[in-house]
Amino acid sequence: MRLSTYIVRRVAMLVPVLLGVLVLIFVIAYVIPADPARAWAGPRARAEQVQALEERYHLNDPIYTQIGIYLKNVLLHFDLGVSPTTGRPVRDDLKAFFPATFELAMCAFFLAIALGIPLGVISALRRNRPTDHFSRVVALTGVSTPLFWSALLLQFLFYFKLGWLPAMGRSTIDITRYTGFVLIDSVLNWNWTAFGDAAIHMILPAATLAFYSMGYLVRITRGSMLEILEAEYVITARAKGLPRKIVIYRHALKNAIIPPLTVLGVEFGWLLGGTVLLETIFAWPGMGRYAAGSIVMVDLPAVVGYTLVVAMIMLLSNLVVDILYSVIDPRIRVGGKRR
Amino acid sequence: MRIPGSMLFSSRYRLLQKRLHPITKEWGLTFYVLRHSKLAVVGGLTALAFIFIALFGSLLAPYDPISANIQDRFQPPSASHPLGTDTMGRDVMSRMLAGAQHSIKAGLIVLAIAVPLGVLLGGIAGLFGGWIDEVIMRVTDMFLAFPSLVLAMAFSAALGPSLFNAMIALSVVWWPMYARLVRGQALAVRETSYVEAARSRGASSLHIMFKHILPNCLSPILVTLTLDMGWVITAAASLSFLGFGAQPPIPEWGRMVSDGRIYMLRAWWMSVFPGLGIVLVVLGFNLLGDGIRDSLDPKLRRLTEVTWKREKISSSSTD
Repeated sequence: MRLSTYIVRRVAMLVPVLLGVLVLIFVIAYVIPADPARAWAGPRARAEQVQALEERYHLNDPIYTQIGIYLKNVLLHFDLGVSPTTGRPVRDDLKAFFPATFELAMCAFFLAIALGIPLGVISALRRNRPTDHFSRVVALTGVSTPLFWSALLLQFLFYFKLGWLPAMGRSTIDITRYTGFVLIDSVLNWNWTAFGDAAIHMILPAATLAFYSMGYLVRITRGSMLEILEAEYVITARAKGLPRKIVIYRHALKNAIIPPLTVLGVEFGWLLGGTVLLETIFAWPGMGRYAAGSIVMVDLPAVVGYTLVVAMIMLLSNLVVDILYSVIDPRIRVGGKRR
Repeated sequence: MRIPGSMLFSSRYRLLQKRLHPITKEWGLTFYVLRHSKLAVVGGLTALAFIFIALFGSLLAPYDPISANIQDRFQPPSASHPLGTDTMGRDVMSRMLAGAQHSIKAGLIVLAIAVPLGVLLGGIAGLFGGWIDEVIMRVTDMFLAFPSLVLAMAFSAALGPSLFNAMIALSVVWWPMYARLVRGQALAVRETSYVEAARSRGASSLHIMFKHILPNCLSPILVTLTLDMGWVITAAASLSFLGFGAQPPIPEWGRMVSDGRIYMLRAWWMSVFPGLGIVLVVLGFNLLGDGIRDSLDPKLRRLTEVTWKREKISSSSTD
């Protein structure tokens, strides 16, 4: 199978899954015993107001009609509905909050890769030595520490006790927004003070998130590196007199890196899930905090919109990883035997 | 005539193999490997200690974990209150001891619902294949398409915030991983010659599922289960932290961290100790899970098998 055919097929397979995700969300929303219209209208609302809301959001229609109306709006007008609690279109809200979350997740993602993969490789090369034990303990502690607790602790330590890093928010300096990504915008404004400010705000949340998600990467990298180091071609290369360094860099590393690559999609999903907790603690103006607030308010259009966007990002990141994987390892495309 | 020990052992060993079921045939070796991994032993002991606290914590608590005692509020850790007191003057240690049961309950209930469900669906998908497989796996994909915490939040908000509903919500999002795992295993086992033999003998699908597929899934499930115990406890605590799980005055650990959050400067012990408790418990289950995984790893087993057999022979000869 050619690469382009493979990509087209994979993209086509996204459609039914996304549709299913939408149905799933509606089913969850549908089983809500609470009366959402009453919650939106407030405790003092008159019966007519509640009824008007029910009419407006089609809450009394059967579930398939609701899904149909929603789908029509999304596909024809790219409209995710209006949030009954904020009164703003969900699409605009998500657009405003998306860059903060994505920026945070990306920074944490690259930090996790930059730390996790080398740590795993070193760990494997120094198997059962102090370095190995150290990196395994670091990895395991990271995985075992609840995100909300490590975030609180780091905030307490670096803000309240040491006063080195800010604890809340994304930036304190106002700049012209082009993309919504503060780090990029400050560079576009050529405002390095703003860049430094944004970067300093990024450190704590990104580090917390990276520490948490790094452990899995360390484990996978270590395991795959250990396996490769025992492979026959590596032993042959050593036996024919090639220096250890060259064998490691040229023969082992290249192949050992594939398994960690394949879990990057899952990894990114974890990061996105983690942002819900982190944004609440660090007062980060992102989608996660928006979603947590909306869930509390039973703000159905906002919740459905958020989950749809997140599911889309997760499916796309998995797709990118799969494509990357098939570029590196052509057997995936050809065999079609992957399970 | 003198029979060499190794030959005697191998014949006895083969007999053992014949009589016992494939998975149970080497439990001894599994425990042997597990016992010799220091970290796994530490993890196992931590997990056991946690289970003990969960069972008897309420009895061990020196103070009442629920009722307020205002004049003692915000006491720092001291001899009478080893982990300090909270906003209402309640002893943090007593609350933690009494609250351990909620975490383990969450872990047990969630896995008790999610694992059988996932195993059943995965087994059905792998065994029957075709459109049944296709439907089940696409549903699984949908569940895996978004972060489980977000999905669990939505479920628990839909059902109303309580610890019980949080458990239901987590069970609903937890089964797909097991479905995937069992399906993969089932697909592999289905093609083996012994399943074909069983089929040609006229064995039913049910028989194949319970006698061949499920036993082969047991060890990966066991590993995932142990690791997941820690994950579920963290997830339940996270839900409680966000306000979707245990409600006051229940001393659930995640809830305690969240209650102490605004008093960090005044009384850091309110959040730090319950969180530390979660870390230790989850670390314990992770270490144990890793240990079990290693002990089921064929490579490591082969290396250890020799010493194990030797020890077994020497112990049987001294009897």
